[in-house]
Amino acid sequence: MTDPTQSPAPHPAWPISRRRIVQAGASLAGAGFATAPQAQAASAAVSRPVLLSRQLLVNGKATTVQVDSRTTLLDALRETLALKGTKKGCDHGQCGACTVLLDGRRINSCLTLAVMHDGQSVTTIEGLSVGEGLHPLQTAFLKHDGFQCGFCTPGQICSAVGMLREAGEGMPSHVSADLQVATRLSDEEIRERMSGNLCRCSAYPNIVAAIRDVAAA
Amino acid sequence: MKAFTYERPNSPQAAAAAALAKPGAKFIAGGTNLLDLMKLEVEAPPHLIDINRLGLDRIDATPDGGLRIGAMVRNADLAADARVRVGYGVLSRSLLSGASGQLRNMATTGGNLLQRTRCPYFYDTARPCNKRLPGSGCAAIGGYNRMHAVLGASEHCIATHPSDMAVAMRLLDAAVETVAPSGALRVIPIADFYRLPGNTPQLETSLQAGEMITAVTLPPPLPGRQTYRKVRDRASYAFALVSVAAVIDAAGGRVRSARLAFGGLAHQPWRVPAAERALESGASPQEAADLVLAGARGQGHNDFKIELLRRTLRAVLTTA
Repeated sequence: MTDPTQSPAPHPAWPISRRRIVQAGASLAGAGFATAPQAQAASAAVSRPVLLSRQLLVNGKATTVQVDSRTTLLDALRETLALKGTKKGCDHGQCGACTVLLDGRRINSCLTLAVMHDGQSVTTIEGLSVGEGLHPLQTAFLKHDGFQCGFCTPGQICSAVGMLREAGEGMPSHVSADLQVATRLSDEEIRERMSGNLCRCSAYPNIVAAIRDVAAA
Repeated sequence: MKAFTYERPNSPQAAAAAALAKPGAKFIAGGTNLLDLMKLEVEAPPHLIDINRLGLDRIDATPDGGLRIGAMVRNADLAADARVRVGYGVLSRSLLSGASGQLRNMATTGGNLLQRTRCPYFYDTARPCNKRLPGSGCAAIGGYNRMHAVLGASEHCIATHPSDMAVAMRLLDAAVETVAPSGALRVIPIADFYRLPGNTPQLETSLQAGEMITAVTLPPPLPGRQTYRKVRDRASYAFALVSVAAVIDAAGGRVRSARLAFGGLAHQPWRVPAAERALESGASPQEAADLVLAGARGQGHNDFKIELLRRTLRAVLTTA
C-alpha cells in the first residue's frame, strides 16, 4: 500500500526545536479547548517534519533535493536551489508571480508540493535564456518597457511562454467567439489568457504589447 | 502548515484504503485548493495521498456515445479536448470561465467537483463557521455575505459552491464514478452527489469515508445551443456572482427542449426541472425565473443576486 521509501525519516540534524515544544503545548491545549479545526486530527498529528528526497530536472539539469513534505515547489526553487528569479507574491495562487513551467506547462509553483514532482522537468526564468542570449519574450519586455518594479516580470514571462504554447496548440479561451476555430491572439485574447498574472505597477498595456510582438513573430 | 506524511499509492483502491486507514488523511490531486487551505490551517491533514500517477488522466469515448473523463484530467485539457468542444461546449465554456490559465493546468476534474466554498468566514480560523468547525456558528449570517446563497441555505450555513465546471456537469447529467476502500465501485448521479447544508454543512457530498472519485461520465451530447453565462465582479479570474448554464433546442420561436443549471446561488449547482418543463410549454423567461427562484431569500448584501439571476436568465433565453 505504501512505498517504504516514502516513509518519514528523522533528519539527522534536527534538534528539539522551539517549534516542537510549541506543538507539544498546542496539543495539550487542544484537549481542553477545541477551537481550531485541526483539533479533531490532533491524535494523528505528525509531530516532526517529514523529509523526503526527490529528483527534479531544473532548467535542464538533473537535481536532487531533500525537502520537508510541506515545501512548495516555489520554496524548493528559491530556498533549496537558490533560484531566486521565481518570485513569491501572494503565496496563494492569486497573483501569478511564482509561475514556472512544469513539463512545459505554466503553473503556480506556490500551490504544489515539491515532493509531488519526482522526475518532472521545471523551467524557471533562469532557464529561458540560451547562453547569453535572452528569450524573445525577455527581449520584448525590455523593448516595450513591460514592467516598472519588475517583481511580477519573471512570472509574467514564464506565463506568456506557456500561454503562447497553449494558443499554438489551438486551446480556446473564455473570450474566443468560436470554440472550434483557432483564434488569432488579439489584445483581448492576450489579456484574458494572462489574467492569472497581476502587475501592481499596472504595466499591462506594455506587457500586452510585448506579448503581441512575440505572438506575431 | 502542519507537518504531514506523504505517500503515492499504486492503485485507486490502494489510495482509498489508505485514506480509510489514516484518520484525517486527504487525497491530493492538483492541490490548488487543498494547499491554499493547508497554508491557512483551515485544513491540517496529518497524511497526504498523492493520486496523480494512477492513470486516471484519460478521456475515453463510452459505448453509448458519451465520454468518460478520468478524475485527474486537468481542467485545461478537458476544456480543450476536441470531443468536449464539439459535443459539450457548455462544459468547455464553464471551465474556461473559471480560475486562470496556470490553475487550469493543475486543477483536476475530481478536485474541481470537491473544491470548497470561498466563504471568507470558512477561510478565517478566528471566526465561527459550522462548515469548518461544526457547532461554532455561522458568521456569514448577519456578516458580509455578498457572495452567499439565496437558495437552499440553512440557519447553519449560507455558503455557495464555487465551481463553474460542476454547474455544467449538473446540466449535462454527469455521473461520478468512485472506488471504495473495499474495492467496490459505485456510480453516483450528479443530482445525488452534493448535499444541502442543513444542520451538517461540514458534509458536502455523498462520498463515504475513504471513497475516491475515479472518473466522471457524460451521456451522449444533447441537441441545441449550449451556453455558459457567468456574471462576476471582474471580466476574468473571479468567482461567479451568478451563472447560468443552458442547452436550449429551439426552432421558430418554439422551445423543443430546455435544460438549465445555475451557479452562485446555492450550496450546490442548482437545477429546477419545473422551469425547464415550463419553457418547453411556452412559458416566458420571467415565468421560468419565477420557478427557479421559488423560495429565494437574500441575506442582505446578496439580495441583488435574485434580480441579477432573473436578468441573466432572460439574456440567455432571448439569445438562445
